[in-house]
Amino acid sequence: MTKTVTDVICPFCGTLCDDIEVVLSDDGKKILEVVNACAIGAQKFHHAMAEDRPKKPRMKQPDGTYKEVSYDEAVEYTAQMLANAKKPLLYGWSSTSCEADSIGNEITELCGGCVDNTAAVCHGTTLIALQDVGVPSCTLGEVRNRADRIIYWGCNPAHAHPRHMSRYSIFPRGFFTGKGSQSRKVIVVDPRVTDTAKLADYHYQVEQGRDYELLQAFRTALKGEWLPDTVAGIPKEKIYEGAEVMKSGRFGIIFFGMGVTQSLSKNHNIDAAICLTKELNTYTKFTIMPMRGHYNVTGHGEVLGWQYGFPYSVDISRGYARYNPGDTSTIDLLLRGEVDAFFSIATDPGAHFPIDAVRRISELPSVAVDPFITPTTEVSKLHVPVAFVGIEVGGNAYRMDNVPIDCRKVIDPPEGVLTDEQFLERVLKRIRELKGVK
Amino acid sequence: MTEYLIKNGFVFDPVLKLKGEKADVAIRDGKIVETTEVKKPKVIDASGMTVMAGGVEIHAHIAGPKVNSGRIFRPEDKLFNTVPVKKNMRAQGGFSIPTTYKTGYAYAQLGYTTAMEAAMPPLFARHVHEEMRDTPILDEGAYPVFGNNWFVLEYIKNREVENTAAYIAWLLRATKGYAVKSVNPGGTEAWGWGLNCLQVNDPVPYFDVTPDEITRGLIEANEYLGLPHSLHIHGNNLGNPGNYTTTLDTLKAASGQKAKNKFGRETILHHTHVQFHSYGGDKWANFESKAREIIDYINKHKNITADVGFVTLDETTTMTADGPFEYHLSQLNHLKWVNADVELETAAGVVPYVYSPDIFVCGVQWAIGLEIALLAKDPMRVFISTDHPNAGPFTRYPRILKWLMSAKAREEQIKAFKQSDKVVNSSEIAGIDRELDLYEVAAMTRAGPAKCLGLSHLYGSLKPGVDGDVAVYDFNPEKEHTPDQIEKAFSSVKYLFKRGEKIIDNHEIVSHGNKRTLWVDVKVNENLQVMRDIQEKFMKYYTVTLGNYEVHGRHFIPNPFALEVDATR
Ligand SMILES: [Zn+2]
Repeated sequence: MTKTVTDVICPFCGTLCDDIEVVLSDDGKKILEVVNACAIGAQKFHHAMAEDRPKKPRMKQPDGTYKEVSYDEAVEYTAQMLANAKKPLLYGWSSTSCEADSIGNEITELCGGCVDNTAAVCHGTTLIALQDVGVPSCTLGEVRNRADRIIYWGCNPAHAHPRHMSRYSIFPRGFFTGKGSQSRKVIVVDPRVTDTAKLADYHYQVEQGRDYELLQAFRTALKGEWLPDTVAGIPKEKIYEGAEVMKSGRFGIIFFGMGVTQSLSKNHNIDAAICLTKELNTYTKFTIMPMRGHYNVTGHGEVLGWQYGFPYSVDISRGYARYNPGDTSTIDLLLRGEVDAFFSIATDPGAHFPIDAVRRISELPSVAVDPFITPTTEVSKLHVPVAFVGIEVGGNAYRMDNVPIDCRKVIDPPEGVLTDEQFLERVLKRIRELKGVK
Repeated sequence: MTEYLIKNGFVFDPVLKLKGEKADVAIRDGKIVETTEVKKPKVIDASGMTVMAGGVEIHAHIAGPKVNSGRIFRPEDKLFNTVPVKKNMRAQGGFSIPTTYKTGYAYAQLGYTTAMEAAMPPLFARHVHEEMRDTPILDEGAYPVFGNNWFVLEYIKNREVENTAAYIAWLLRATKGYAVKSVNPGGTEAWGWGLNCLQVNDPVPYFDVTPDEITRGLIEANEYLGLPHSLHIHGNNLGNPGNYTTTLDTLKAASGQKAKNKFGRETILHHTHVQFHSYGGDKWANFESKAREIIDYINKHKNITADVGFVTLDETTTMTADGPFEYHLSQLNHLKWVNADVELETAAGVVPYVYSPDIFVCGVQWAIGLEIALLAKDPMRVFISTDHPNAGPFTRYPRILKWLMSAKAREEQIKAFKQSDKVVNSSEIAGIDRELDLYEVAAMTRAGPAKCLGLSHLYGSLKPGVDGDVAVYDFNPEKEHTPDQIEKAFSSVKYLFKRGEKIIDNHEIVSHGNKRTLWVDVKVNENLQVMRDIQEKFMKYYTVTLGNYEVHGRHFIPNPFALEVDATR
């Protein structure tokens, strides 16, 4: 007899689907089938079953090979590294639970380090923008139940957040949107003809890097004021028309992604998008939401928020929190050679950071905590394999609209493998001993 | 556990009717006991000092999504006020929206040991609980918001009291909530379409029910269940000139109804931050105080309580589930605006605000808060709050005490207003010479809120049997004090005990205590219709599954404390 676990939360993207069903073998040890998830999500669950997964910490040897060590040795190495560093950097935290994040923050505080999450390389610019101008937003259910104008700007959910459109935005039938996609108009702004753009009623093929101009042009068009014949490659008639589509809806939303947060103008793009949204509220109801990537990057920002008051790139090296992205952000700290130990967890900077930053990591005392072997683990001195959060251990996570959902454990981790929380708790305990605090 | 004997202090306790008499207070096993019951106590010499029960905060925004939005979008709120890690203390930061650790420490330093988070969006209950978990020392509870909830709107429209009550019981359990809160009833749902309900008879779009019906329906359901606290309301039309008539309309919903519960609560409606609801005039230019109209009504109606929401004249961060109000405010002051509408349930907005003593309206708002407290006849029914952080941060309570206890302090402030004459002409504060004494203060900050919350068996007094929550202030009530000496004395307790544990010793935090999360666990008859409605709404309209809605687990609530209510019949 197989066994089905329902209401499982998918630990992949910020969409944080919570309707996954996982079919287990009769001994409850193997994942046989994953229902409702997108292809990438399903792959995450199956990946947990990989036979070749490391089950013991691995320490890099002088000749570049790895030697298995015990968790006790891994705890000792990590605690010594962090306790002895002048300014350690603890990065990642975006694909683990808020409980693990919280212990990580306490370790950072105790060791006088810096702590940062993946917002530093994706939606950090969004956070800077909302510190400038605020953000009128809502939960995804408001979109489902009310929205008749859907805008995807600089993002391609068809590939990056595969169930976003069907669960929340374009297709679902909600309380006031009983006709589903027929009751909605969809605008996509993207220089590429993406699979998302193909679904749009209006595709604005903005010139690469000209989002800022187009956003400001929409603000101008809202007021019915003068525009040049084309802006950012878009004829002005189309811009006036788009503004009219936005205004004439009952409830609208702009979803935006890395196409605007990390292209030319960065946070200024988002400033303009938020101001456009605010101004639309003088005509109708409008909201805006970032398409957050890692499933719990939002959660780490929230935990940092209530513990220190800042959502990412927090420097606690003076015992209190400072925040100055560009100065206290991970890549900048690495490139300036300001940190003397690097701890990464629940993300893969080795695959995503500029090569110079990765080289810096490889030169530092370093620990990478990850269930699998990744580019990051391969440049780190110590790799600590852990349970897969959201599959082998539960814990709280925050969806892209800040809704907290408690992830479920579906199967046991491989025998003897610690969870992030267990490993971090042991490291924290050891650091307290080393520092002589209770 | 260590026994304590706090000797020779001037004790203020409205429950024991102690008005500053010298008395000893004994603590054993976490509780207050008769002084004869401690054998080898540690003695705290409180001679020349003021002794009260731990303070009870009835309304503050200190944990959860909108508070954290405030923290995150206002890095400037941390300028010049961060405190590094210390022995026994985590790092701290923030002025109007302090970090959770700072929140716990700061309340303790003021002598508070219990605090209620005033508005919990049910879908975000986990977030609220995580923050409360990380707020040391204080026992805390949170009020889920009901006044714009689709289930409630439908049941009340159909006059289904039992169903409203069964749904409330279910949601209190699902969110581990403490009481029934209603914010701008109906108006926040209207805000889903960019609209509002400003008057109590404005129908809610689509749902076709009025704010007045919602308020009456929630009072009825609250008393049907016999919950510890009454309905806790933030009425319609907050913050607008001329809104005092709306407030009177809101309060009328309580007329003729009686409290039913086993917790010693005698009131059925708590109106929060009435300062924001006591405005006259019909535009900002002729804005004036209607504090007397509101407090007269409250004085006469013994089934109503209120907290004030004093304006502290600071730069602060406003935040409320009154979504349309925050939008309106951002249109007035042009500062940054956060909005967060929550499916089927509520909304929230956050906007920074500067209550400048140079601005006429701010001066009148300051006067209104003080008038309400000074004209209150029953301090057991009118409580001190700043609606933290809306009218100012709670850390200003000592300054408020200064203004309440010293007419001279008020006079100095009135003189300091840039438009002093206009403020005086638009309010009656200059003509009030009443000065509150510490007995009244103890009622407004301890005994009163505890009783109104249905928690007088645990908090609010020093009567044997209640929790060992005791604050000792270095303040001799028999001596003369300058206004600033009053403020200073109440800014930092000399000693604080929480459930019998010493938390503050000689002004220093020495322990994080063992905080509890208070929630209300109500048993009701099985109600198949409500269960079906819940299943249907989750299936069709919520974006989380029913199976993923309820908060449970020690990672959210390490130390729960449930008040049990049996409402089966
Ligand atoms: Zn409030």
